[in-house]
Amino acid sequence: MTKLRPNGEATLRTDPLAPGKDVSSGRLRQAPENFLTPEDIRQVGQGRRDFLRASFLTATAATVAATAGGRAAAAPAATTGIGDPDILNPTPWGSSLGQPVAATPYGLPSRHERGLVRRQSPGLTQVAAASVSFAPLQGLFGIITPSGLHFERHHQGWQDIDPTRHRFMIDGARPEFVKTPKVYTMDDILRLPPVSRMHFIECGANTGMEWGNVAVPTVQYTHGMLSCSEFTGVPLRTLLEDCGADLKAAKYVLAEGGDGSSMTRSIPIEPVLSGEVLVAYGQNGEMLRPENGYPLRLVVPGVQGVSWVKWLRRVEVGDRPYATKDEAVHYIDLMPDGQHRQYSSIQECKSVITTPSGGQTLMAKGYFTISGLAWSGRGKIKRVDVSVDGGVTWVEATLQTPILSKCLTRFSLPWSWDGQPALLQSRAIDETGFVQPGYGQLRAARGSRSIYHNNAIQTWQVAENGDVNNVQIL
Amino acid sequence: MSRFCKAALAGPALAVLLGLTAGLLPGGTALADGFPGVGRPATPAEVKAWDIDVGPDFAGLPPGSGTVSRGMDIWEAKCSSCHGTFGESNSVFNPLIGGTTAEDIKSGHVATLKRTDFPARTTVMKVATVSTLYDYIRRAMPWNAPKSLSDDDVYAVLAYMLNLAEIVPDDFVLTDRTIREVQARMPNRNGMTTAHALWPGPGLPDAAAKPDTANTACMTKCKPSVQLASHLPDHALGAHGNLAAQNRIFGPVRGQRTGPDEAAADKPPPALTLAEESGCLSCHAVDTRIVGPSYSEIAARYRGSDSTDALVSKVKAGGEGVWGAVPMPPQPDLNDDQVKTLVAWILAGAPAK
Repeated sequence: MTKLRPNGEATLRTDPLAPGKDVSSGRLRQAPENFLTPEDIRQVGQGRRDFLRASFLTATAATVAATAGGRAAAAPAATTGIGDPDILNPTPWGSSLGQPVAATPYGLPSRHERGLVRRQSPGLTQVAAASVSFAPLQGLFGIITPSGLHFERHHQGWQDIDPTRHRFMIDGARPEFVKTPKVYTMDDILRLPPVSRMHFIECGANTGMEWGNVAVPTVQYTHGMLSCSEFTGVPLRTLLEDCGADLKAAKYVLAEGGDGSSMTRSIPIEPVLSGEVLVAYGQNGEMLRPENGYPLRLVVPGVQGVSWVKWLRRVEVGDRPYATKDEAVHYIDLMPDGQHRQYSSIQECKSVITTPSGGQTLMAKGYFTISGLAWSGRGKIKRVDVSVDGGVTWVEATLQTPILSKCLTRFSLPWSWDGQPALLQSRAIDETGFVQPGYGQLRAARGSRSIYHNNAIQTWQVAENGDVNNVQIL
Repeated sequence: MSRFCKAALAGPALAVLLGLTAGLLPGGTALADGFPGVGRPATPAEVKAWDIDVGPDFAGLPPGSGTVSRGMDIWEAKCSSCHGTFGESNSVFNPLIGGTTAEDIKSGHVATLKRTDFPARTTVMKVATVSTLYDYIRRAMPWNAPKSLSDDDVYAVLAYMLNLAEIVPDDFVLTDRTIREVQARMPNRNGMTTAHALWPGPGLPDAAAKPDTANTACMTKCKPSVQLASHLPDHALGAHGNLAAQNRIFGPVRGQRTGPDEAAADKPPPALTLAEESGCLSCHAVDTRIVGPSYSEIAARYRGSDSTDALVSKVKAGGEGVWGAVPMPPQPDLNDDQVKTLVAWILAGAPAK
């Protein structure tokens, strides 16, 4: 394969997490075993157990200090020895009393996981209250996004609404559309028969920074406006029927938020009639988080996130689309002829490899599991193919169950990396037979000046030194 | 009866098990028909208070009017700090005004949208329907005080914007009637298409039946060569901070070091690390009593007294019966400096940072 960029050359490298330590031969850092010198071992043999304890404390102190500072353990390594001190010696956690129950009443992830958090992309927007935070896809497993890592997109800042004062109203654009406009409290909504379903939600602008060229380094920033949860709520149809809505005359509904932006979006009646549009309060077994619309949001499976109106306060039944700001000024696709596509909403079939992915470094040659996520706004994922040579040859990946409609599907493929440059790609196919396009195909249809609905095949370039970088291939 | 209640009764086995007959539970309680007691009719005033949407056919538009000059006054007081005096500012939000011409007003197509050398896209270049602007200003502006403008204020502000965009003259009075004339002059009124397949319902006028992109599921020899179209410029690799700190610290991959160590600022104080390593936290927590007292309790008891030396001795020698029946064992492994560090930290309230 031709050399693709300068840093793809094999060079003497230092461990990115341990500057100054040469790991160019055998990138995988050894466990901090063998830390005793032959002289140390002789002392241990003579019964100097206090010496062993001192050595252990030195080794573990280095580990704890290094980990706390964001660096992995870098205990001294030797070529011979009696074994791994983390096995030979008592561990702090195995020889002390732990924390009491409910020390963190809502629970927190391990402090060793603190790198995996939602993050903003610098310079993307000028004000944080009208911005985006991205989910750390590079570190997630399975298909469910932890609620605290679910991406955020706010148009006028998030609010933590008092659920006892929140109201949900249904009315009609004209009186004949809704027989009895009604008001529901959260007490009312929670009395109704609930349904729970797992669905992905993707911002229409996900991957939007990459329409013209590569712009950001990691999968968190290229694809992190994507999350998947089990949502619990009441089908909107149930509530419309309860108000006596004329579901034959209705062609669209307008969903409106209760926050400062009073976000509004037009939703066609068909997915509402099918029962899949939910007025949801639950997410992954708990109430929605405030950043995700507490106490009530709309769930519109397969459709871009902006239509899943948060802090939902009102649904109006109408017979024509509304051309609200976010469907008439933003979330529109600029075509090469200067026309904007309006009301484009479905998130088409798409996939991305999350590990290994951009901004990471492979630690050693040998066995890896390539894994990623696939999804389609038109139904179930049927198949995912993976290429390690930039799309010349493809291999079918294994799909992890469950495989649900309009839900993330996890795929994986075993890969033995021989240390040569590689170009990793994934290509998803959904149950309609639609095959995820490459960048050349997407640009041939829509040009390169859009912001929204970029579902092109992502490429991660693996260099000889193990660095993984974001590139585009036509 | 709603379909949900029917569904609940649909399983014959369930009905037999529960001994259900004709919608009556054994105790004689009637099963619900619909959802009695759930929700209530909205009053006309309530509907009026929240039904604020204005559609492209101007349904929902309130009566009222506003002049360009009054709009300018409101603009300068409430809008210009974010949007610039002439709606051209790019410092907080994307610019609202600019990029349109008199020719666009005639044709209804904004010509600059086809120019690749004109990357900026202002609101007035994109918006096709003037109702969209009225609706949005009324519901969401000013940004930090949404819904604080009166209907007439909204007319005035919109009149000023339309004047900045040279769609209406200086002496124009925008009203619920004249706004219909404005629609006929919107520069991009013909710039929207619904001819695409990205809509989850069939209702759009020109909706396409099929997606506009296609690929084939080729498996081998799919292309003669691999063409690299774009890669991340080196200067951009570090633009998102230190990627090493944005990845897991174990596993087959690590994040690349691309910037200063952001975790350094987050590092726990040395005394906390020392307390962890020395096993102090087995019995003590900052705010919770575990076996021994919390550090907050200790700090509170000794606040204002010069008890550092006494506490240092106590930690080293151990104690008994001071806070309860469980004694504190002596700490011979800690040297004087370490104990002093710990005591100072405890008396300072055992801060986490």
